[in-house]
Parts: sequence; structure tokens; C-alpha cells
Amino acid sequence: MADLTTDFLGIKSPNPFWLASAPPTDKEYNVRRAFEAGWGGVVWKTLGAEGPPVVNVNGPRYGAIWGADRRLLGLNNIELITDRPLEVNLEEMTRVKKDYPDRALIASIMVPCEEEAWKKILPRVTETNADGIELNFGCPHGMAERGMGSAVGQVPEYIQMVTEWCKQYYDRPVIVKLTPNITDIRFPARAANAGNADAVSLINTINSITSVNLDAMAPEPMIGGKGTHGGYCGPAVKPIAMNMVAEIARDPETAGLPISAIGGVTTWRDAAEFIALGAGNVQVCTAAMTYGFDVVKEMISGLSEWMDEKGYSSIGDFKGMATPNVTDWQHLDLNYITKAKISEADCIKCGRCYAACEDTSHQAIAMSDDRVFSVKDDECVACNLCVNVCPVEGCITMEEVPAGQIDQRTGEVVSDEYGSWITHPNNPMAAAK
Amino acid sequence: MAQSHQASGIQAGRLSAEDIATNFEDLHAPFDAHEAAVAADRCYFCYDAPCMQACPTSIDIPQFIREIQGGHPTAAAKTILEQNILGGMCARVCPTETLCEEVCVRETAEGKPVEIGRLQRYATDAQMAKGAQPFTRAKATGKTIAVVGAGPAGLAAAHRLAMLGHDVVLFEAKPKAGGLNEFGIAAYKSTNDFAAREVDWLLQIGGITVEYGKMLGDALSLDELAQDYDAVFLSIGLGGVNALRAAGEDMSGVSDAVDFIAELRQADDLAALPVGRNVVVIGGGMTAVDAAVQSKLLGAENVTIAYRRGRDAMGASRFEQDLAASKGVKLMFNVMPKALHGDGAVSEIELEYTSVVAGRVTGTGETLRLTADQVYKAIGQTLEGQPDALDLEGGKIKVDDAGRTSVTGVWAGGDCASGGEDLTVTAVAEGRDAAMDIHASLMG
Repeated sequence: MADLTTDFLGIKSPNPFWLASAPPTDKEYNVRRAFEAGWGGVVWKTLGAEGPPVVNVNGPRYGAIWGADRRLLGLNNIELITDRPLEVNLEEMTRVKKDYPDRALIASIMVPCEEEAWKKILPRVTETNADGIELNFGCPHGMAERGMGSAVGQVPEYIQMVTEWCKQYYDRPVIVKLTPNITDIRFPARAANAGNADAVSLINTINSITSVNLDAMAPEPMIGGKGTHGGYCGPAVKPIAMNMVAEIARDPETAGLPISAIGGVTTWRDAAEFIALGAGNVQVCTAAMTYGFDVVKEMISGLSEWMDEKGYSSIGDFKGMATPNVTDWQHLDLNYITKAKISEADCIKCGRCYAACEDTSHQAIAMSDDRVFSVKDDECVACNLCVNVCPVEGCITMEEVPAGQIDQRTGEVVSDEYGSWITHPNNPMAAAK
Repeated sequence: MAQSHQASGIQAGRLSAEDIATNFEDLHAPFDAHEAAVAADRCYFCYDAPCMQACPTSIDIPQFIREIQGGHPTAAAKTILEQNILGGMCARVCPTETLCEEVCVRETAEGKPVEIGRLQRYATDAQMAKGAQPFTRAKATGKTIAVVGAGPAGLAAAHRLAMLGHDVVLFEAKPKAGGLNEFGIAAYKSTNDFAAREVDWLLQIGGITVEYGKMLGDALSLDELAQDYDAVFLSIGLGGVNALRAAGEDMSGVSDAVDFIAELRQADDLAALPVGRNVVVIGGGMTAVDAAVQSKLLGAENVTIAYRRGRDAMGASRFEQDLAASKGVKLMFNVMPKALHGDGAVSEIELEYTSVVAGRVTGTGETLRLTADQVYKAIGQTLEGQPDALDLEGGKIKVDDAGRTSVTGVWAGGDCASGGEDLTVTAVAEGRDAAMDIHASLMG
């Protein structure tokens, strides 16, 4: 049985599944239920400065997109940070941490970008005995209009400055939560690193409008005929999050900086993929909001099962294993040549591959009168679109043309040497071999 | 107080009115919007889709399913109705399991096709609920065409001709239009008087005058029609019923399954409709299944279908066979009627086992007897009352691919004409195509 215990920044948790700072972690009641269900840790819903708490809208605060059977694919929200008094949250955090010493409890914080504000709140958080803090530089809605959240996360200098204050006034791990609403994720990550952050967590939600109400002619969620952009999350954002995690993991300036990965984790596989890309653990929100806290049980059993199958005894065994294989386009081997191959035995004759290739790609699939589909090797550029549109998994495969054989499309012999754009003759900047 | 199953003889009220009402509910309940969305999402939008090829009316099925996905069932209905104006009825009665759904690639992949028939019903019901039809008539051509027989072929032809700007006089022998849709289909496939409502809806196109009680060879002659109208389309169906040719066929309790089905369809109160305790249906087609299942649903204790060939040769699809079995009908294969016994009224049927040698059914000599107080003959219908001038082929009016008969200016389609299976959907296709050919002929 694989050991799912995770040590992230010295913070131990029985598994790598933490609940992200979000509505599910806003109260003691919820967090206790989460721990009872088996979650390894929680990042408490973001705390604001002392004083009158923020207020939320009283109309809908979530929008969504769905598949045909109402499977929730993406969720957006315009909820702000906790709207409960700071004191109440701190008291509850203290009690919960005391009762669940084996679980991770992280305080998420968002206060104005002034040293005094951070200096004031951090000792209060220390008193709760929380295992660390997460700086909310990510929320793209509402608070950003007040100079907080993503407004900070979009300015690397601010990230570094605030991180430095936190490292100065707080002696436990400091995690910087990054917004994806930027051009290049490496810059805020480098800033956090320069500020001595112990880790980054990403991604926070993505600016979004989930739908437009065509009767009211207003975006959803709609509040009295108006709407605003909200933060998008859920399965739909996972590919974006994975790229950002990988970018930070393979950036020489931030390589080795611990990462808590967030973005669409719904099953064990999503977590395994993030960890393979270099994350030390994952944070989950939408899956829990969609299905309740019990979803963590499948995540735990699934990850454990897969690790056993693969012979990994701990999370560390496969952490970052995929990172070295994420590279720039220019390094891809142009001498690696494949051709699509359609298994006639598995084919159900829908013809989607044919339509896709004939209409939108390279006219490399032939269709016979009796609906037998076959690949024309002399036209196939190995784009993989047929594989992606085929409804039968494994029916179309990409087969490598071994070195020494002729690529029917180019008429050239496949080289056994690695050859990338860097040395390609068509590249005006080509370096000598 | 309802009579029990066990009441002997042919009796009404074997079941309570509530039980009968439940028994005769829709065979396939209509989809609600969410079910339709989920069912539609299963369509792969195949290239040159096999389902469309298998549809006798060539409905663009992937297109209409995509319109349902897009939230526009009435747009889907237009796609359907452009090809098949009786798309609503066909959604209910088509043997989809041997047509579109049989070739659905998801049938190949999973043994579970996209539910095309139910989706078609979802779309066409939405259109009918609007009350209007999505078609209007072209500019008047000044031509008038006689259509004889207001069944599926006649209705389809009349509608298409009216749409093209012609005037149509539709002659119908019965006091009601619809043909087999109205008189010849199991009640649980056409609930809430659907056939009649569909006819009313179809006739809204305008330009179609229906004359009831006018039968060819009786009040009408082909010669006069050909003289009085610019073209004639015959869709007179199959009026005759094959005989058993077994001793005792004339006894009371022995009747034609088509008459039973028609009577049932027109009955105001099904609980008042008499049915036997022990019913035997002779035949192997859809009519046999419809008669047998409905006998069972009316409360018959034992219902047996006796078919002279093996299961594979049965005209009724496997789905229909399973439907019958699930209702408690016993299916017997390789048996043929030898004699009917009784004292004025039938009380037993004597069947002889058969074997099929070189395609021919032969009795083996071994017999068995079944208790039977009611026997329905469902061994096929025949052409009756057709004008002598017309050439026949295989017992039907000979037509070419465009529906032209051997007499110039006379077209025919539906069950009375050669070519195609005897299905509602085939009749619609033939009526529509003949209308197009008539139009082309008249307009040059």
C-alpha cells in the first residue's frame, strides 16, 4: 500500500489533497466535515483585515458551463473573501487545528498592500497555530478593484515586497498564491522566489464570463440585470494550470521552488499529473463544491492504487518525473515521424476522422464505398486530429515510422539522428551541427 | 366490476378501466427536454451518416439531432418534415430497430443506438404543439390532382402537391382519413388520437379537399378521374385479407386481425371491447403482433402467435417479438393451422408442425391442439378493387421508381404499389416522390 503522506514545506498531511481557500473552507463546521471525510489539509477561506468584514452580493455568485447531462465543466464565482469577522475565523481555526493536529491548516490572507496591515494581522494568525500562510494575490474579481488580490499578483514588485514583509513578521511557511491573469507566469513566480517565499500555489481563478443571458442581454451570473467578470475554475481550467505549473517547475530561476498545484483537480489522475509536473501537493475546490467532501475518498484510493501498480511507494517517488520532458518547441525532434493507423476491427464507421481530415486537415484519410476508413501515409502529417475526434479510444493510433524506412509523404528516409528546428536548414538562425 | 381473465368465451371488461388505460399507455414515453438533450448528445454526427441512408425518407438525422442539441426542436422538426410530412407518426411506428437505429454506429459500438425515433418524436411533438406547420404553398399552378386513398402515401402526396401549388382532391373510402395510421396500428403506438390530430395538422397546408365515402370501383372510376383531373395518384392500400384455407374457418370467433385492430382503434371504451380467454393469432408480421399484444392488454388469459416458419423469417422485428413476449404472448414457430374445431363457435385450433424444405413450408404430420375461443387471421393482405387497366407485378400495381403506373397520367404508391416494404415510412417516401414526379410532368 503506497504511502500518501505528504511533507510540504515541513507541513505533514496524511495525503496530498488539500481544500483550496474558497467557500468550502469558510467555517469551522465545513472544515471539520472535510477532515472527517479525509482531506489532508485545508487552506482556510481568505481572511481580511480587522474591522467591518466585506459584504457579498445577495444575488447569484456562481456561473457555470455544463455538458449535455449537466456535468459541471467549469464554474465561476464573484464571491469575495470571508465575510465573517476576523476574530471569529481565528477562534475557529485555533479550535480546529487543536482537534486535528495531523492535518494541515493554512491561513489565507488578503489585506491592503501596506506593511502595517500585514504586520498587524500576522501575529494574530501565528496565535492560531496554523501551519503556514498563503498570500491571496490571485482573486480577479471584486477585491482587485480595491488594489488587492490579483491587482497585487499582476505586479511582480508588489509580490516580492509583500512576501518579504511576511517572511519578516511570520516565522512559519509562506506560500504565495499566483493569479493566472497575467502574460507570463514565470515573472510573478520569480518575484515570489526573490521575496523568499517558501512556495507558490497556482492557479487562482481566471477572469471569465460564463454565459450571456440572451433575453436580458447581460452576463451570468446576473445581479439585477448586470453582471461582472468572475473567477473561472473547475475541470475546464486544468490544462491552463498544468502549463503554468510546468513553466515554473522548469524555469531555471524557480526550479526547485515548492509548488502547491490548483486547477480542476477532480480525480486522482489529475493530482498525479500535477505532481508528475513538479507539484508537491494539490488543492481542490470545484470538485468538492460539485460533489461534496466525499470526493476525496476516490482521490485517495485511486492515487494509492495507481502508485501500487507503478511501484511508487511515496509521492516523492514520482514527483517532478515529467518536468524534464516539458521542453520548448524548438527542441522537439523533427526526425520523429509517425503515421495514424486505423484499426478496422475497432472502427465503428462513424466517419468523424474522415470529415475532420478531409474538411479541416490534410486529406489523408480514404473512405471506401462500404465505409472502410484508411490512412494515406503519403498525405498524413501525423497531426493526431483523427485520434482526438475518434469516439473509440484506441481505435486510431499513431505509429512511429522507424529510422531507415521511407516517409511516404516526403519520400525521404527517416533519420536515426535527433534533429530539431535549431539545426534545421530552413531555420535562418540555424546553428551549425 | 371487471370480468376476470378466466371468464370463458369472448367477453368484454376482463380488466378494470384503469388497468386497461395503463396497459394502453404510450409504448415509449416522450422525452422531456433534459432527456432529449442527453439522448441527442450521444449522436456522433457521422459523416454521410448510415442512419440517413437507412431511412426510406432520407431524413437528415444528424442535422435534426444537432438542432435538438442546439435547443431548437422546431428547427429539428422542419428538417424532419421536409423529408417526411408524417414524421410524427413515423417516430412512433417506424421499426427503427431495423432501419436507422439498426445501422447507428453506437449500435455497432455498444449495442445501444442513439434513440432516433424518440428524438424525432420530441422534435415533431414540439412542432405540433405550436399548432402550425412550417410550410406554405407555392403560387397556384391551376392544376388539380386526384389522390385516391388518404393513408400515409396519399397524405404525403397530397401535402407535397399542395405545397407545390397544385389543388388536390383527396378521395377516401372510409369516413376518416389516416389509413393504417388511423385503423391499422396498435393503439399504444398512437395514443391520444395522434393519427387524426396529425391529419388535421397536415391538412392546414390548404388546397386539399377531402371527399369521404368515395371508393375506387364504387363511386369513382379511374377513367373518369383521369379525364377530370390533371393527374391521378392511387394509394388504395391492400383491402383484401388472405384466407387460412383450413377447415372450420367460417366458425364464429374466427376473424381478421386487421378488423380487430381497426375496431379497437375506433372504440370509445376499450373496456367494452370483447376479447377471448384463449386467443390464437395466425401469422408472423406486425399485424399479428399488434393483434396478439392488444388481446393480452385487454385481458385475454392466454394469447399465442402461431407462425408457420422459424423466428428468423418472421416479418415482425425482434423488438416486436420481444415486446409480445414481455406482455405474456406465447410465440410458436413452425406451426400452421390445419383445422378449427368447435360447435358453431371455435373452441380449439389444430396446428400442424412444419419444416421448411428448400424454402417451402411442409407439414410434418405431427399435430397439436390449442384451446381457442378466438382466432385472428394475420397472414397478409392483398390488393383488392384495383382498376383492370393497370398492370400488376407480384400482386400489386406495377410502378417504376418515380411511381408511374402502366397508364399515363396515373401514379401509385404505398402498400398497393410494387416496390418497397409495406411500412408507413416507405409509403410516405413513395407518395412524396410520386408528387415530385407529377409536378415535374405537369410543369414541364
